[in-house]
Amino acid sequence: MKKIEAIIKPFKLDDVKDALYEAGIKGMTISEVKGHGRQKGHKEIYRGAEYVVDFIPKIKIEIIVDAEIVEQVVETIRSAANTGKIGDGKIFVLPVDDVIRVRTGERGKEAI
Amino acid sequence: MNTGDTSFMLVATALVMFMTPGLALFYGGLVRNKNVLSTIMHSICCLGLISFIWLAYGYSLAFGPDLGGFIGNLDWIGLKGVGLDPGPYSDTIPDLLFCAFQLMFAIITPALISGAYAERMKFTAFLLFTVLWSTFVYMPVCHWVWGQGGWLGKLGALDFAGGTVIHINSACAALVAALMLGKRKGWGQEAFHPHNLPMTVLGAGILWFGWFGFNAGSALSAGKIATLAFFTTQIATGCALMSWVVAEWIIQGKPTTLGAASGAVAGLVAITPAAGFVGPVSATIIGLVAGALCYSAILLKGRLGYDDALDVVAVHGVGGLWGALATGLFASVAWNPDGANGLFFGNPLQFLIQAIGAGAAIVYSLTISFVILKLVDMTVGLRVERDDEIQGLDITQHSEIGYNI
Repeated sequence: MKKIEAIIKPFKLDDVKDALYEAGIKGMTISEVKGHGRQKGHKEIYRGAEYVVDFIPKIKIEIIVDAEIVEQVVETIRSAANTGKIGDGKIFVLPVDDVIRVRTGERGKEAI
Repeated sequence: MNTGDTSFMLVATALVMFMTPGLALFYGGLVRNKNVLSTIMHSICCLGLISFIWLAYGYSLAFGPDLGGFIGNLDWIGLKGVGLDPGPYSDTIPDLLFCAFQLMFAIITPALISGAYAERMKFTAFLLFTVLWSTFVYMPVCHWVWGQGGWLGKLGALDFAGGTVIHINSACAALVAALMLGKRKGWGQEAFHPHNLPMTVLGAGILWFGWFGFNAGSALSAGKIATLAFFTTQIATGCALMSWVVAEWIIQGKPTTLGAASGAVAGLVAITPAAGFVGPVSATIIGLVAGALCYSAILLKGRLGYDDALDVVAVHGVGGLWGALATGLFASVAWNPDGANGLFFGNPLQFLIQAIGAGAAIVYSLTISFVILKLVDMTVGLRVERDDEIQGLDITQHSEIGYNI
């Protein structure tokens, strides 16, 4: 099993979510996060004072999937979140030791 | 007594009252969210505090029988003799209504200063400062210009609705307060983002609306001069709004909403002393200059390095000074026979008189504000503790927070 963590542009969330549903993904966790990569921050101007804002709003999606479909899911997210412009985000794939469904106590793949 | 004038002035008085909550929102949106309530309190509390002072002795000091052209005496203490018949300041409205109208001006003036010391002043210091400043700075300067026998009024200084009395006066106190309190913690290192610009724009809108009462109402009667003041207020404010936005667009590359709101306030300030003395075309020029000029003053502030948190000096000081001087340039008896001609209408002396009036207010307000702030600092202390400042004034001074979301 793998965990896929994707950092995407906030306005791309709906596209990514719909694409994941179509690919058969049944659950996900999202959070509003702030950060930057090579894109760096942006400039804000208030009454003449210019501020460089380093951390800009992003959405983080977390999904746990069976190792066999990792490539497919990653590609689904990548194509749905892609705008071709700097700041599109990143996807991380991490190993997962176990998954437990709280209600039934099922473990492993069955619990995803 | 004239019922038309009386009803007009009742409405105008309510409009000016509405400016103070408007100012609370205007300033409140500009600070960080941990200080929104404390900033609002600075304005709202003036509505309570000054009302009482005005009744007790303030009106008497400002408008009572003259003492040497400098201040009123205490004959009208507790509003003794101020009744429902017309008084010395108007033949057509009740004396008490004039008193109420002027009260609203006395309320908003110390509230304006709060923009300079926002986000770091103790609430007790604010209360003490406001009482002392109103008593020893606002009341005398108000008397100089508008009180019967006031020396600036006698000299012929024109201040239609309070450019000198209110804006220059409060901005000088603001400058001294900003310097004496020092910079907010983190100034120059972290960004101080306005936390709610829509709130600020709403506040600016309320100020603009209320300002019609402020300026047109200063005619004290519903008629030609009120109409002139009403129109010049609108045109100057609109021009200043656009002028600020275009100036920052050229210099910094983007037209901002805060620039539009600030430009509008700059225009309102600048037209205040001139409103009932100049024609609409002159008002256009006054507004266009005001927007770009106050924007430049804000750019300069960054270089001078004092922390006037919400730009009272740049907007009210520079805008007010420009308005006072511009009145000496553009005033025209063709528009208001009770006024005077300015420099551009063949009377350079008026410009000089305006400069003297502004200069006197500047020197007096800077000096006495310094003494008062020193006194407050020595007694209750001006500034909150460092940890309280970091936590925010809302929770540490008032035990509440603005937003539970």
